[in-house]
Amino acid sequence: MSAYDWPPAGQRRILGTDVARIDAPAKASGRAAYTHDVRLAGMLYARTVRCPHAHARVKKIDLSAAERIPGFKAAFVVQGTGTEIFWAGDDVVAVAAEDEHAAEMAMRAVAVEYQVLPHLVVDSSADVPAAFSKPMDPELVGDPDGAFAKADAVAEGDYGLPVITHCCLETHGSVAAWGKDSLEMHVSTQAVAGVPEQLALALKVPQSQIRVHAPYVGSAYGSKLAADRWGLSAAHLSKQAGGAPVRLVLDRREEQEVAGCRPSTYAHVKVGAQKDGTLVAWQSTSWGTGGLGGGAEPPLPYLFRIPNQRRQHTQVVNNIGSARSMRAPHNPQACLVTLGALDDLAAKLGMDPVALLRKNLGLLSAHADVYAEELGVADKLMQWSKRWKPRGTMSKGEVRQGLGVSMHAWPGKAHPFQCDLTIQPDGTVSVRAGTQDLGTGTRTVMAIVAAETLGLPVKAIHVAIGDSAYPVSAASGGSGTVGGSASAVRRAAVDAVAELLARVAPALGVAASKLELAEGSVRVKGGGPSLTWKQACSKLGGLPLSVRGKNPGAGALADSGVGGVQMADVSVDVRTGVVRLHKLVAVQDCGLVVDRKTTTSQVYGSLVMGIGYSLYEEKLMDQNLGRCLNPNMEFYRLCGIGDVGELVVHLMSGPSYDRRGVIGCGEPAVISPGTAISNAVANAIGVRVPHLPLTPDRVLAALSGATP
Amino acid sequence: MAKAKTKAGLSGPGKVPVSVLVNGLTRKAELEPCITLLDALREHWGLTGAKRVCDRATCGACTVLVNGARVYACGLLAIDVQGDEITTVESLDQGGALDPVQEAFVAADALQCGFCTCGFVVSATAFLAENPDPTPAQIRKGMCGNLCRCGTYVGVQEAVSAAAKALSKAARPPARRAGGKR
Repeated sequence: MSAYDWPPAGQRRILGTDVARIDAPAKASGRAAYTHDVRLAGMLYARTVRCPHAHARVKKIDLSAAERIPGFKAAFVVQGTGTEIFWAGDDVVAVAAEDEHAAEMAMRAVAVEYQVLPHLVVDSSADVPAAFSKPMDPELVGDPDGAFAKADAVAEGDYGLPVITHCCLETHGSVAAWGKDSLEMHVSTQAVAGVPEQLALALKVPQSQIRVHAPYVGSAYGSKLAADRWGLSAAHLSKQAGGAPVRLVLDRREEQEVAGCRPSTYAHVKVGAQKDGTLVAWQSTSWGTGGLGGGAEPPLPYLFRIPNQRRQHTQVVNNIGSARSMRAPHNPQACLVTLGALDDLAAKLGMDPVALLRKNLGLLSAHADVYAEELGVADKLMQWSKRWKPRGTMSKGEVRQGLGVSMHAWPGKAHPFQCDLTIQPDGTVSVRAGTQDLGTGTRTVMAIVAAETLGLPVKAIHVAIGDSAYPVSAASGGSGTVGGSASAVRRAAVDAVAELLARVAPALGVAASKLELAEGSVRVKGGGPSLTWKQACSKLGGLPLSVRGKNPGAGALADSGVGGVQMADVSVDVRTGVVRLHKLVAVQDCGLVVDRKTTTSQVYGSLVMGIGYSLYEEKLMDQNLGRCLNPNMEFYRLCGIGDVGELVVHLMSGPSYDRRGVIGCGEPAVISPGTAISNAVANAIGVRVPHLPLTPDRVLAALSGATP
Repeated sequence: MAKAKTKAGLSGPGKVPVSVLVNGLTRKAELEPCITLLDALREHWGLTGAKRVCDRATCGACTVLVNGARVYACGLLAIDVQGDEITTVESLDQGGALDPVQEAFVAADALQCGFCTCGFVVSATAFLAENPDPTPAQIRKGMCGNLCRCGTYVGVQEAVSAAAKALSKAARPPARRAGGKR
């Protein structure tokens, strides 16, 4: 037991309750200033000339006409003559001008000649020319051939998800301004402390001379970890323009085409089981692309350590924008390939898929008990046991009902985090950290933990983040920010209480060890004199009290590894192929909940994003043009409020979850929707629709017996 | 919607004088005729609550009211709304105090990153002026012109419903908020 440990359930005032996010008023009123909203005196606007070819070499660049555009201020060649360009939309020349219109005109006036090279932008098959293919070594576990020969049932099928884009509503971008020797940038980023290092390396200036601001970020989902070519362009243009601030934010087309790409995965799977559903053998041939870097092999088979396996993955290295990590990278893909196949196997065995999952919980590497409990909760919330019927028999007629199940895992391990907690003699409390709030609730989590520990209301805590001059914290990724921030702030606040009591003790004429902080006051344990918070702080003298909190550190405040179960209820119109989601149940474990409201919102958000990639989202690439056909929001379709059906979120809670500490929950729930919905559609119509998104054409093709 | 009021001889290329009534104040600028109302608000008049997201009249992040009706400011030219009354999110909270719609969005956590939020708030304001007592289905239909990538729709549904109750309880006709006559 450490002094830092979380207070026991009965002693928590705020932790785990519903707290409104503290920056919501700023966001709902328009006062929150995002990078897009930064307006500096003399600010120039930048646009980027982008390669129109999927694969080309730059032959010649002529800036002369651009330089004659009224208002033109600077040009920076990003990729000069002779450079090989690997995807359409990659940066070639950036220009800055007095206003956006002039920048657009100057951009259009830049003349670039290209030598066009052969390209590949599609990924529908692993059978591509050798230049675009990176087969990985086959992997063998046990004796798959022997196990398949002995299996009572073997299912074979195809599963896949196309490339999708992050579609951040605030496009990537920055405002850069040089001082004499220093660079100040506003960046829409999920790595406010990491971007200066990247800029320093690329611009060859000391990192101490670079400061990055990101007080509000219009989402990221994994796509805003890098300074990016366009960030460097903004810095170069500002330098060339004598230090004038330069704003370079991507337009929607650029955002969709080059600033977001979740790798695709396709697989042909064979899976075998005994009569009782016990999994015995797995075989997969998979491929996928993440552009130039290929697409890493997803973790197949997902979750279940099937004893006999043969796997072979091929990276298709093609000419689309390079991959960016996206919310639970590789997991939604692996989940569909695996739990889609298990669902087909259950259908072949005539088994309830929930029973098949339960039968194999022993093959999980961890948390089998959590999944067992979650399957039970989800069953009740969906009325699964009462409603489920075998594939194709749920309902008859033209609109058919179906139920589907899936499960997932995610580490969510707390990441390195530092903060300074300061108590002023007037009683005000501030916490500062070089972290960022992507809409996840970081500010609110920090305020809750400080308030809980100091015995103050949440509104008494001033949180300052989004500045690289503040104590260094890691990039927000892997759902690590909540565990890192909660743990670091907890340690800072516990240490601050100890120091406050020590400095106040003389005024009360007792030893600090005899004092406690309770109900907003400092008092002698077991009765006696007490001071209000303000009175106590006034005893600090002239000097504020400032404490650094760090993660990792002492005490067991955070853990990793969560499980979740989801169930989907859909109907499919077999005349039109239209899939309608009626209800999606998410049962999620996330350890100790800091803020129930924003945690629940994270799960809702994951479900909505999951419904989007299940039913609508696909980055359409045209092999003839070599370009994306839907780099906009009318043809790259996100979910609307009318598309999501009823969403039910259940956060697991109780002593066994609380005692593990805080675990990140921003990503896990986005993993299962594709699988649960795909399985529900198969249950409804009797056949598997192999690939997401489950658009009418794909559904009708599957109904007509077509193979992918 | 108002018809183009550009006088002969003033149309581009080149900048033209533009004057638009925004939140009760007349705002002026010399603008290229191709400049949208959204860009005029954001780049010239410092009103950055409406966001540029899709820039093609799809997502609703730039929603403002023109004579009380919801419009996508990215889909209108600034020169075309001269003579109309524009209301933006900046006019909703009086002296820093949020209005009931904004309060409801905060309470229901109907926002995450917040980039679409001002559009939703303005849209909900006009929707409630037209539908003071909406059913859940009416809210889903009436708010379908705004998209959120963080997935806050459950909160939005709850917020619009709660705002309707708060507005009717306050016995303040929501039409007053919506900027008046059509």
